[in-house]
Amino acid sequence: MRIRLLPEHPDFGFLKRRMIFFAFSVILTAASIGLFLSKGLSYGIDFTGGIMIEVKTPEPNQIGDMRVKLKGLGLGSVELQEFGAPDDILIRIQAQEGGEKANAVAVKAVKEALGEGVEYRRTELVGPKVSDELFWNGVYAVVSAILAILVYIWFRFEWQFGLGAVVALSHDVISTIGIFSLMGLEFNLATVAAVLTIAGYSINDTVVVFDRVRENLRKYKTKPMEELLNESANETLSRTVMTSLTTMLALVALYFLGGEIIRDFAFAMIWGVLIGTYSSVCLAVPLLLHLGVERRSGEDEDKDSKIEQTA
Amino acid sequence: MLKIETWKLAVVGLLLALGVAFAAPNLLDEETAANLPDVLPNKQISLGLDLQGGSHILLEVEVGVVVEERLEALKDSIRAEMRKERIRYTGLRAGGTGVSVMIKDLGRAEKAYEIIRGLDVGFETDLGDNGSITMNLTEQALKERRIQAVDQSIEIVRRRIDPQGVKEPTITRQGEDRILLQVPGEDDPEQLKKLLGQTAKLTFHLLDHKNSVAEAMAGRIPPGSMLLPSIDEYDSAGRPRMYLLKKRVAVSGDTLVSASLGFDEANRPAVNFRLDALGGKKFADITRQNLGKPFAIVLDNKVLSAPTIQGIIPGGSGQITSGTFTTESAKELALLLSAGALPAPLTVLEERSVGPGLGQDSVEAGKIASMIGLAAVIVFMVIYYGRFGVFADVALITNMILIVAMLSAFGATLTLPGIAGIVLTIGMAVDANVLVFERIREELKTGRGVMSAVDNGYKRAFGTIIDANITTLIAATLLFAFGSGPVQGFAVTLAIGIISSMFTAIWVTRIQVVLWLRKTRPQTLRI
Repeated sequence: MRIRLLPEHPDFGFLKRRMIFFAFSVILTAASIGLFLSKGLSYGIDFTGGIMIEVKTPEPNQIGDMRVKLKGLGLGSVELQEFGAPDDILIRIQAQEGGEKANAVAVKAVKEALGEGVEYRRTELVGPKVSDELFWNGVYAVVSAILAILVYIWFRFEWQFGLGAVVALSHDVISTIGIFSLMGLEFNLATVAAVLTIAGYSINDTVVVFDRVRENLRKYKTKPMEELLNESANETLSRTVMTSLTTMLALVALYFLGGEIIRDFAFAMIWGVLIGTYSSVCLAVPLLLHLGVERRSGEDEDKDSKIEQTA
Repeated sequence: MLKIETWKLAVVGLLLALGVAFAAPNLLDEETAANLPDVLPNKQISLGLDLQGGSHILLEVEVGVVVEERLEALKDSIRAEMRKERIRYTGLRAGGTGVSVMIKDLGRAEKAYEIIRGLDVGFETDLGDNGSITMNLTEQALKERRIQAVDQSIEIVRRRIDPQGVKEPTITRQGEDRILLQVPGEDDPEQLKKLLGQTAKLTFHLLDHKNSVAEAMAGRIPPGSMLLPSIDEYDSAGRPRMYLLKKRVAVSGDTLVSASLGFDEANRPAVNFRLDALGGKKFADITRQNLGKPFAIVLDNKVLSAPTIQGIIPGGSGQITSGTFTTESAKELALLLSAGALPAPLTVLEERSVGPGLGQDSVEAGKIASMIGLAAVIVFMVIYYGRFGVFADVALITNMILIVAMLSAFGATLTLPGIAGIVLTIGMAVDANVLVFERIREELKTGRGVMSAVDNGYKRAFGTIIDANITTLIAATLLFAFGSGPVQGFAVTLAIGIISSMFTAIWVTRIQVVLWLRKTRPQTLRI
């Protein structure tokens, strides 16, 4: 048995509806930035410093009891949260005044207060020095990834493609941050990894469609640009949908079965695949129309045929 | 199209064979794998601390303390030398990276300058017109001191951790003044931190009897003396008892060669120690000259005990007793003393520990997620592409084997995000095949024959595959460059996954397709 996800010759009017897509994306991006500025992100201890302890209690539903015990310690904001199972509790404690040493003292105090019988599944303590470095490294990583990708596409294609790809990519990254802000998911080192992977995936998707656009530009010298772009998007649609689907299958398995620690990370990637697929077809390609892609021949052809020969 | 050069087939075959060989040890249990003969690949994937349980502690060496100590020492020598030469001075101060002093007697400033300059070669010494002498640590000396302090700290940390019997701790330098300690299996870092929390600098001092402790506590500490608290004795108000000691170190703990748990005559735990020949001789001299006087044993600026010297101690052996020693704490102190003192205190910058239970759970969850993900993709590919889906699935499974092989062979560490990277690769690995298959479909639609459609499909998809994957590789490289710990683990598996998926998708499927075409020579193709 064989199934087809799309018609034999898909013909969706991506270009015709581009203003709807642009409007949607502008709203999505603006809302994301607005959320980020007003609500902010709930940064994990990787970036803020502080303490996180995951414990398994001998009996379920000890959260109230533990809250009372920990409140008395005077450690500032202490959050307790059930983490998966009712006997699994995640404790978050704000960075302590007095830097590295005070944090270490606080961990010890918590362990003493909780007493025997509690299993410490995970303890993480990040001091202010390291959290600051991790934060900036994260920022550098995301910014330099976007720049490096821009440069690569610029060399392989033309500047219009590079710009189109980076707009689509930034759209994906910004809206991911927006979703994290909206849902109050924890933004930590793993999330930065997820965001960068989304960047890679989104570009991967965009490049495939762009490749086809470039090919069609050489193939049809006179076809109206709008028609040509729409056709390119439709021709590669089957592949785009297919790859997104297999990636989603794997990520959904990771989301539901991969364990609590990895869940937010998997969520970020699932969102990234969805938005990345959307942006490459509905945003990056229509943008080319407005960026004024030129029809050229000659040198590009040479570049390509060389690569083909090595295959 | 139907021709693939034999050497290419051979290379692909060889790579696959190597892949299987390097992946295979992971199917064995740990011991069997370790006992394989050396000619066979016997490395298993090493699990990160988040998967096997363990502690990761990032420490900073407080190098500033070392510099301060050196400045203080220089200050003391200047004071002693000037007194010896009867040169009057004022404003002797240490701060920042230097020491300054003002020579009152301008006529002898030159002489003082010569003497002071010879005291320590690591400094740049300047003489001002008004008789001021300033000494500043040179960049070079500062750097050397830092490096030395960190190297020494690493050595001491190793000597303290090793006797704990933990398996394979790794202690590595990070950046200029940091040490990363990773201890697999140890999920309670408190014990480790306790061992590292003390510099364990041991010194012996004579007590200052000429002056009263009360006077000193009121702020009048005589020059050459210091006021230190007791480690375990308290006054009626609950404050630690204070001792007034001579600043001069009578015998330094550096001369200590061994320390061990012992028991005193009342059978209470104590620490026995032995000094080297030089220390032993000093110890004998001091005890001879100060019979009947108390003698303070000082650990990290706290008085451990102040016993009265009962008799001459000739052999350089002694015993430290304290009212609060338990067998445990005496043993720990003995360990710290034999390991030696840290040149500077260590601060815990970051600490992450995972219990073995959680690690095990994560591994199980990761395995299940990848198996289900893999199964779903495999089934979907067959439903969607039929026979070609099977080819792609073979390539996908080969891909997984190669990833495992590379992770094992390169000794890369698999972390929890690393597992996520593999799962992501499962989903993305078929992309190269999808690109080729979709191309073949298109070529067939234009009415080409089977052979030329397949041939063109591969040729034309190739450039796209390269472009698409290089961008993801760029992201992975940057993740590796800027990431730390687990994020790097994710980047490594992602990069390995992409490279191996390009290889398997292009070559492993191609060979299958070609072999099948050669055998059946189909006139039409359903894909």
